[in-house]
Amino acid sequence: MAKARDLHTDLGLKEEDLIEMYRYMLMARGCDERQWALNRMGKAPFVVPVSGHEAAQVGSAWAFEKGKDVFCPYYRDMALVLVAGFTPKDVFLGLFGKKDDPSSGGRQMPAHWGAKDRNIITGSSPIATQVLHAAGIAYSKKLKREDAVVGTWFGEGGTSEGDWHGAMNFAGIHKLPLVFVCENNQYAISVHESKQVAGSVHARAQGYGFPGHVGDGNDVLECYRLTKEAVDRARAGEGPSLLELRTYRFFSHTSDDDDRTYRSKEEVDEWKAKDPIPRFENYLKAVEVIDDKKVEELREQTKTQVAEGAKAAEEAEFPDPATAADHVYGDREVV
Amino acid sequence: MPEKNLITAIHDTLQEEMRRDDRIVILGEDVGARGGVFRATMGFLEEFGDERVLDTPLDETLIAGVSIGMALDGLLPVAEMQFADFIFPAFNQIIQEAARIRYRSNGDFGVPMVIRTPYGGGVHGALYHSQSIESFFAHVPGLKVVAPSTPYDARGMLIQAIRDPDPVLFLEHKKCYRLIKGEVPEERYNIEFGKAEVRRRGSDVTCVSYGLMHHFCVEAAERLSKDGIEVEVIDLRSIYPLDIDTVLESVGKTGKAMVVYEDNKFLGVGAEVSAQIAEHALFDLDGPVVRIAGPHVPAMPFAPTLEHWFLPDADQIEQEMRKLAEF
Repeated sequence: MAKARDLHTDLGLKEEDLIEMYRYMLMARGCDERQWALNRMGKAPFVVPVSGHEAAQVGSAWAFEKGKDVFCPYYRDMALVLVAGFTPKDVFLGLFGKKDDPSSGGRQMPAHWGAKDRNIITGSSPIATQVLHAAGIAYSKKLKREDAVVGTWFGEGGTSEGDWHGAMNFAGIHKLPLVFVCENNQYAISVHESKQVAGSVHARAQGYGFPGHVGDGNDVLECYRLTKEAVDRARAGEGPSLLELRTYRFFSHTSDDDDRTYRSKEEVDEWKAKDPIPRFENYLKAVEVIDDKKVEELREQTKTQVAEGAKAAEEAEFPDPATAADHVYGDREVV
Repeated sequence: MPEKNLITAIHDTLQEEMRRDDRIVILGEDVGARGGVFRATMGFLEEFGDERVLDTPLDETLIAGVSIGMALDGLLPVAEMQFADFIFPAFNQIIQEAARIRYRSNGDFGVPMVIRTPYGGGVHGALYHSQSIESFFAHVPGLKVVAPSTPYDARGMLIQAIRDPDPVLFLEHKKCYRLIKGEVPEERYNIEFGKAEVRRRGSDVTCVSYGLMHHFCVEAAERLSKDGIEVEVIDLRSIYPLDIDTVLESVGKTGKAMVVYEDNKFLGVGAEVSAQIAEHALFDLDGPVVRIAGPHVPAMPFAPTLEHWFLPDADQIEQEMRKLAEF
């Protein structure tokens, strides 16, 4: 079989990038499978799945510069925070609520990511609040003439919140170095996009005076391409962009949800057939960046890393209740 | 030492702080071209430019949320909510985000921001330009809620608020803006939060208040003094942190306590102060703890007769002070 057409070189991606992107996608999927298993074993009370979103997250995250740019993610962004510097062990420390969980030291539910040293801004459960923080950070970067771009991620449900519209408006007014990334998986828990979004997400950017683009969220190269253009534009001082990456979550909203009550097995299966991981794998094989042997090797490495991370996190210490009232204020004790 | 009214003290202090520290950014509705509807930021746009003095869209949620982002990135935002009555769209950002970010990140992030807002009644502001909002916010750990009642305190507490590591809700009583004047030193000083001020010494009754009511309490106490009743008047200045020690010390001396506030009585600041007196000083008491506060109606009505009915005044306070002294 002839070698397929190279789609990545023009995007500025080297073979090492591609292998790393693929590895992070595998890693996220592996962590997700592991956390579900731990949930079924009764060891993890709450799981927020990422499966299905790996291309959207890894592709978009890859366009940012670590150590310089800022990430304001939402709860489904496990693959994103892995790219931004989390390890599988970090993910599981959060899952179990352990002392060394980088996001919160076991204070928040799992998947409420944050780590100052990795430029990942702490998030909460109320939807789309982080989008305004991203706007404030982007304003600050611009004011300080810093060469930094801010990215913020959310689902299509988040685009209904006033916070989201406020951030879009503010970003448009001040031409902020900000990239809005919507991982549109078509369901906000059970509510379908048709009852959530009038018009379309990406078209909303026009009303705020900046470009909006829609792309295939299961195509990691397309997600990278769209985001890279938006990041470059932001870095050049040309202002914000909105990206709508259309994808699908393979599992329920969380471990406390049952998606069979609102969507059909046929629909889920149809999307599972568009799984972003085999799709990228096929591309990588077709352009001869990897072969079966390399795939096997990467899978084994990832599997080991995930298993070791989960084990180390499970064995790690819980936070000491004596510290439960720490960090309420920066300059005073409350207990 | 120059004499200034409350709003001038705030304006001048803010201006000086902005000159000292270019991390300070002002944002809010009408704070730029108009200089604020109460003129707190008059001349700022011209002096500091539109990057540091932002007229925001009419979106209180945005004002709070963007301020949080700025603070997370090392700026020192001083946001203005045009009227306290309009702060509620921002409630989620203030409570769920600003107040909880330090705790939820296990100390990784902090939000050093100030929200200044005019509050309180007695200015014909009716339901939506008269509200007291302190109880909603003081309830939530992670926030500091302060309400200076004098120009001197406003200066020292604003300097403290800006350099404070945590989000501070800085309440400015509208009626006090131009009514209350006092000496304000030129030099820079800060007033630590959680330190009440005993404005008037007395041995018969302890009267605790803040904001406009504090001035009414002093007036009532002066009148009673002519009849030989000496009331100790305490200005809390800071709602949270609350200086209960100063209150308890006074109650230990007088045995009588009253709390005066214009917010709705139920679950207001008076409820907390009374409860703490009951917890720590029950056996010092020679009478019931009295609360004088706004009635349980949704907010202050407009017509002068109705507004008067709502708002405690010096006459009513004097009457209750006398009753308590004679109890």
